[in-house]
Amino acid sequence: MAKKILKVKAKASGGKTKVKMMAKHIMESGQRKDKKTGELIPAKFLQELKVEHGGKVVFEANLGTAVSKNPYIAFNFAGGAKGDELVMTWKENTGASATEKVKVK
Amino acid sequence: MSMNRRTVVKAIAAGSALVGASVMMPRVAMAAWTESAFKADKQDAAMKALLGSADAADSAEVTLKAPDIAENGAVVPVTVRTKMANVESISIFVANNPNPLVAEFIIPAGTEADVSTRLRMGKTSQVTAVVKADGKLYSAAKEVKVTIGGCGG
Repeated sequence: MAKKILKVKAKASGGKTKVKMMAKHIMESGQRKDKKTGELIPAKFLQELKVEHGGKVVFEANLGTAVSKNPYIAFNFAGGAKGDELVMTWKENTGASATEKVKVK
Repeated sequence: MSMNRRTVVKAIAAGSALVGASVMMPRVAMAAWTESAFKADKQDAAMKALLGSADAADSAEVTLKAPDIAENGAVVPVTVRTKMANVESISIFVANNPNPLVAEFIIPAGTEADVSTRLRMGKTSQVTAVVKADGKLYSAAKEVKVTIGGCGG
């Protein structure tokens, strides 16, 4: 099992759920050079991120290389209650992908 | 930028590896990551590839929150918000970045059009948020001054 990279805080209040996500990821842009060899470091970044709640997609992001290292994304959606499960799926440009789950607080 | 044979060969190899990976994993059904838009090096071209048009009407209803001066271009906090109905997506562009398209956020019904994230900026540039609502494009722009760039190194 790959290590979880997403750190998520989801809090339900007033009929909506606030979600704050932070992914631990280098977001290598493919434009930096290795200082020793002078060669470009190949790009490695999160490309797609999807959040589902109760089987319904509530948020999707397509990211480029200009998103900061350890990307942070915050959004709100209507509905959601304490104890509900959010399912996050991410995909890297290398093809790697994973699904992580988190409970709403 | 120096382009010797080695880097060219590597770039080609990396490119074909990418294509291979995407061919092997078509079952991951997600909103398409529009490669042509993310690879475009001009904002107009990126907008055309992503949203079908480069014409977005300036709108006061789109709120773009970004710092006036970003000390560190590697981490520029940005918030885009709008009260418009039927928002489909929010995209963020940085005109002077090597690839202006930063990210596209798909907003399904029930989700608020209020997204915060952090982005990289190579140098002082216009940051543009484009909101797609009811099939039309609305935008808000702001210049952010960067004292230390976030690209290269």
